[in-house]
Amino acid sequence: MEVKPKSACETCVQFNADGLKKLGVNTSDFDFVVALAGNPNTGKSTVFNAMTGLRQHTGNWPGKTVTRAEGAFEYNKEKFKLVDLPGTYSLLSTSEDEEVARNFILFGKPSVTVIVVDASRLERNLNLVLQILEITNNAVLCLNLMDEAQRNNLEINTRTLAKDLGIPVVPTSARYNRGIPELIQTISELANGKIVCKPHRIKNIPKNIEQALEKLSAEIKEVYPDIPNSRWIALRLLEGDRNIIETLKTGEFV
Amino acid sequence: MNTNKIDHIIALSNDLRWQIGDEFHDNLAEGIYADAAEIVKGAVRKKDEKGTFRIDTKIDKIITSKVWGFPLMFIILAVVLWMTIVGANYPSAMLSGLLLDTIHPALKGFASNIGMPWWLDGFLIDGVYLAVAWVIAVMLPPMAIFFPLFTLLEDFGYLPRVAFNLDHLFKLSGAHGKQALTMSMGFGCNAAGIVATRIIDSPRERLIAIITNNFSLCNGRWPTQILIATIFVGALVPASYSGIMSLAAVIGIAVLGMVFMFLVSWGLSKTVLKGEVSTFNLELPPYRPPRFWKTIYTSIIDRTLIVLWRAIVFAAPAGAVIWLISNIYLGDASIATWLIDSLDGFGFLLGLNGVILVAYIVAIPANEIVIPTILMLTVLVTGISAGEGAGVMFELDSATATGDILRAGGWTLLTAINLMLFSLLHNPCSTTIYTIYKETKSVKWTTVASVLPVILGFVVTFLVAQIWRLLA
Repeated sequence: MEVKPKSACETCVQFNADGLKKLGVNTSDFDFVVALAGNPNTGKSTVFNAMTGLRQHTGNWPGKTVTRAEGAFEYNKEKFKLVDLPGTYSLLSTSEDEEVARNFILFGKPSVTVIVVDASRLERNLNLVLQILEITNNAVLCLNLMDEAQRNNLEINTRTLAKDLGIPVVPTSARYNRGIPELIQTISELANGKIVCKPHRIKNIPKNIEQALEKLSAEIKEVYPDIPNSRWIALRLLEGDRNIIETLKTGEFV
Repeated sequence: MNTNKIDHIIALSNDLRWQIGDEFHDNLAEGIYADAAEIVKGAVRKKDEKGTFRIDTKIDKIITSKVWGFPLMFIILAVVLWMTIVGANYPSAMLSGLLLDTIHPALKGFASNIGMPWWLDGFLIDGVYLAVAWVIAVMLPPMAIFFPLFTLLEDFGYLPRVAFNLDHLFKLSGAHGKQALTMSMGFGCNAAGIVATRIIDSPRERLIAIITNNFSLCNGRWPTQILIATIFVGALVPASYSGIMSLAAVIGIAVLGMVFMFLVSWGLSKTVLKGEVSTFNLELPPYRPPRFWKTIYTSIIDRTLIVLWRAIVFAAPAGAVIWLISNIYLGDASIATWLIDSLDGFGFLLGLNGVILVAYIVAIPANEIVIPTILMLTVLVTGISAGEGAGVMFELDSATATGDILRAGGWTLLTAINLMLFSLLHNPCSTTIYTIYKETKSVKWTTVASVLPVILGFVVTFLVAQIWRLLA
C-alpha cells in the first residue's frame, strides 16, 4: 500500500469532518459508487445508516437485509452513492440471495468496496475478504464491532493487518458512531486515488491449480487487457460458472 | 471480434477443469482458509482466555436447551403479549375518547352548521372518518408497544435462537428452518413476514413459508382475539382469574396457528411442493445489549407509523363501503341486511352468523376493523338502541356493554370461540395478498395462499360447531 504525502491538516479527520453531509436517499448525480459488503450480521446496515443518515432497519440476526439499499453522502463537495448489499459468507456459492452481492461487486464496478467485518470473528470473515480482494483493487476493511472485540479481550494490530491485506483498515463501532469519520475519509482518499491498494491474492493454492489459473488468466488478459480481476474470472471458469461464461462472451465487465 | 479467442479460453478452461478434477473447490476453499489463518495469526492476539464468549455460551445453553428452550419461548411470548394487552388499554381509551367522543361529535356539529347534506356528512364523517379513527385508536397503542418490544428482542439476538429451537419442527414438516424467523416477523405483520422470506434460498421452501405465513397471528388480529377472549372466555372463571384465562386463550390461538403452520407446511411438502429439505448454517450471533432509546425511537417512527399509515389507507375506503351498504336500500332492506340474511344459514353451519361473515368480507382491506363492523351490523339487525345510527362504526366504552350487544345478537360461547378460530384462519388482508403477488409473481400461488386459509377456517369452524352441538 502506497500513501502519497499530504499536508498535516488535510490528513486530519476532524478537520475534514466538516465536509460531511448526509444526503439520505437522494442518490442523484453522484461522483462515486461505494459498495458495502460483508458477512451477515456484521453491522453493514448500521454502518450504512451512520454514513447516510438513513434508518434502514437493523437487527441482530443474519439475513436481515434482503434487498439492496441505496443512500448517499457528500464529502468535501463530492457525492458518494452508497449501496448496502445483503450479507454473504462467500462469493463461491451459487445461492440466490448471495447473487445480489456477487453480481454487484463484479459487474456494478463500485469505485470503492467497503468490506465490513466482525472484529471478534476475523478469521471466519476473512474468507469473504480474500475473495473480494481477488475481484477489486479498491477496497477498505471496516473492522466493525470493535467494542465487542475489546470486551472479548482481543487485540488487533490494524497496521499488520493492513500490510498483509494490502488495503487500508479502519476500526469502527458503528453503533456508537466511532470510526465513521475516519472511514469516510479513507473512502474519499481511495476514490480519488490518494491511496493505492496492493490487495492480497490467495497464496495457498495447490500448484496444479495455480498453473491452470496463470495460463487462463494470461489468455483473458490478452482479450481484455484492462480488467483487474482476470485471475478471479479464471477461477470462476474453472468452477464452470455459467454466468461468467456468458458475460465473458458479451464483455460486460469491461 | 474476439469471439474465437473467447471460445478458445472457454475450451481451455474446460480442459483444465478435467485435469484438475473434483478437488478443485475443496482445495481452493482450504487455500483461502490457510491464508486467513496466517493473516489472523500475525494480527490478532487474545489477551486473556476468559472473555464474554463464555457468557454468551452460558446463555445459549439455557435458552436453546431441550428442556428450557420451549418454556422460555412461551414465557417471553406471554410477557410481550401481556405488556401489549395491559399497556395498550389506557392510551387506547384516551385515543378513542378524543377521536370518537370529542372530535366526531364536533365534526358532526360543524357539518350540520354549514348545512352539509345528510348523505355526504354520513359518507365522510360516519363512514370514512370513523373507520380511520377506529384503526388509529385500536391499532396504534398495541403496535407502539409490540414493535419496540419485538425490536428489542431482535437487537438482543433472540430471534436466531427461536429459529434454532424450532428448526427441528420445521425440518420434520419439510420446510426450511429459517421459516421460524419469517414466522416471528409475521406476528408483527404478515406482509413484512412475507418480504422476509427472501432469506430462504430454495424456491420450494420459500413458497411454503409464504403460503403459511398467514398462520402467524398478525397485529391486526391480536385486538380481536383479546377483546373476544376477554368478553366470553374470561367470563367463564371468577373475576380474579379472568385476565389470566383470557391471556391463555389468546396464546392458545397463537400456538394453534403455529400448529397449523407446521401441518400445512407438511401437507404442502408431501404433495404439491415435494422436495428435499435444504440444509443451512445458522450463525448464532453474539448477544448485544440493545440500544434502548434508539430502538424505541426508530421502531415507533419507522415501523409503527408506516404500518399504521398503510392500515389507514385501507380502512378509509372500507369505512365508506360499510356506510354505503347499510344505507343503500334494495326494496325494503339495506344491502347489508340483505347480505346478512342470505349468509346467516351458512354462518350457522360454521357456528358463526351472517354478521360475522359480512364483516369479514367488508374487512378484507384491514383486519383491524372486523370488530367495529360486527358491532355496527349487529345493532343494525337486532334493532337495539345503541351506537350512532345506521352504518356508523362505534365502540362501546366497556367490554361488558359490547358483550351485552353481542349476546343480544344471539352470540354464545361457541360463536366467540369460532370467531377466534376464524380470525386466525381466513384470507390474508389485501396488503398481504398484494405482497404475496409481488414476491411470487404468480397468480396461482397468490390464489392458493389466499384461499387455502379460508377453506381451512370453514372446515375447522364447521367441525367445532357440529361437535359442540352434539355434545351440548
